[in-house]
Amino acid sequence: MEPFDHLFRHESGRMVAALTRIFGVHNLALAEDVTQDALCRALEVWRIQGMPDNPGAWLLSTAKRRALDVLRRERTARTYAPEVAHAIETNHDLAPALDEMLGAANMRDDELRMMFSCCHPHLAERVRVALILHILCGFSVGEVAAAFLSNEEAIKKRISRGKTVLANSRRLFDLNREDFAERLSSVHRALYLLFNEGYHGASPEYAVRKELCDEAMRLGTLLCDNPLTAVPATYALLALMCLHAARLPARVNAAGDFTMLLDQDRSRWDEELINDGQRLMDLSAQGTVLTAYHVEAAIASVHAEAKFPVETRWATIVELYDALMKIQPSPVVALNRALAIAQRDGPQRGLDEIAQISDSKRLAAYPFYSAALAELHLRAGDLTLARDCFLKALALARSQMERRLLERRLAECGTSGGALNGAMHALEMTSLPLGRSIAH
Amino acid sequence: MTQFLFLYRRPSEQPALSPAQMQQTIPKWQAWFQELSANGHLKERGNPLEPEGKLVRGSKNDVTDGPYAEKDLVMGYTIVEAHDFDHACRLAEGCPGLSTQMLVEVRPVLQIAP
Repeated sequence: MEPFDHLFRHESGRMVAALTRIFGVHNLALAEDVTQDALCRALEVWRIQGMPDNPGAWLLSTAKRRALDVLRRERTARTYAPEVAHAIETNHDLAPALDEMLGAANMRDDELRMMFSCCHPHLAERVRVALILHILCGFSVGEVAAAFLSNEEAIKKRISRGKTVLANSRRLFDLNREDFAERLSSVHRALYLLFNEGYHGASPEYAVRKELCDEAMRLGTLLCDNPLTAVPATYALLALMCLHAARLPARVNAAGDFTMLLDQDRSRWDEELINDGQRLMDLSAQGTVLTAYHVEAAIASVHAEAKFPVETRWATIVELYDALMKIQPSPVVALNRALAIAQRDGPQRGLDEIAQISDSKRLAAYPFYSAALAELHLRAGDLTLARDCFLKALALARSQMERRLLERRLAECGTSGGALNGAMHALEMTSLPLGRSIAH
Repeated sequence: MTQFLFLYRRPSEQPALSPAQMQQTIPKWQAWFQELSANGHLKERGNPLEPEGKLVRGSKNDVTDGPYAEKDLVMGYTIVEAHDFDHACRLAEGCPGLSTQMLVEVRPVLQIAP
């Protein structure tokens, strides 16, 4: 990423977080106004005069001046954060207090505290993710809706519900609070869902997907940079994201179609991200808690190690899915485990495993459940069953891209059982087992 | 060549841009200025203007805040050189602000023939 690529969006998130601490969460809307104002001024000046060398600092000092105006003009009309209230009461000059509160270290903390605040237990997970995207990543309501292929009205409601809860929470989440560990795991989960929405979500557009993954990784990096939040699970989560993101460049071909794991040109995998992922996995290997993120990162790492698909250590992958079933059993994990078993022991064993998934009803609306069955039938040579299952999957497809992929696979059923890699097509689709779409 | 003043006017209904959209407009303006400059039309990039203003009138030192409504505010200016009025308007048509409802007022600078 170029340093200024998402300057406006990212600075927007940083400034809203910092100003929210200064004004108090109940004045979140004011913090957003002041931020918007600073961005508009920047735009007006920069479009004529060009960008300054340090646009971030320029924006911040503009926002600071606006904040001072507001505080001086509305000294008594509102209540503010305690530090500011104290400076106002004692009639001190507000500027030094503001300088201090808008220092680099404080602003980094504020960003984290805002992230934790967005994951309020009263909010549904999808509200938390939308709120993070909107406040910390600077996505407009329309852009959040577009990323989730959801309607703008619904997202608007979701975000405003989130803001109401946030505004009532009195102050930004304090990282020293008793329920820190609990809240941290909600934050992990929200970033995981955000990443997953980018990686597997409904929006077919590559740029949107990559942007969501990048944002999840950026926020994950913030967690890794603070000693309080840099716990093994945080490293494991970021490792998992890096190892999956490494495959993004190879996932969509020039024609804009999905290219599945076994068909990918592995030379296009991002080696730097794979190295980052492995390094983070080393860091995550401390302590005694093995989280689902650890196991998922390990699975992604086994794939990353294989220069060619045939080198994949399927036995290890099956063991890892066994472990994942213990930590976080779900029908999707079971499905992935069955597909790994099919790779190790042949399609019939895979079909047997799928038949034993206890909760498979929950998978019925999931296009890649039917697609997985279809692939295994195809490999087992049963073209009729394969075709039926592909048709079922097609009816559930959520985007043109998914539809085109399934149509291509369906066409394979007409030719003589050619699809050697079949099971893996489905495996790639479901390879983030916790995942489900948060859009609907 | 004649000089023309471009006045950038804020529209009455300004669409709210997202931070990403704001950022995307900056390189478009840079490209526009670059093109004007490369073709020898850019006399002065000009400046943005603060939204507030004062009006000074009459003989009694009567100074009031500008009678500016939120709409149709002059937000900045640029000076270009063009062959004639039509040409200047064609240059103004390239202004990226037009796509976000900004208005460009084109005013020939009055010059007395030598």
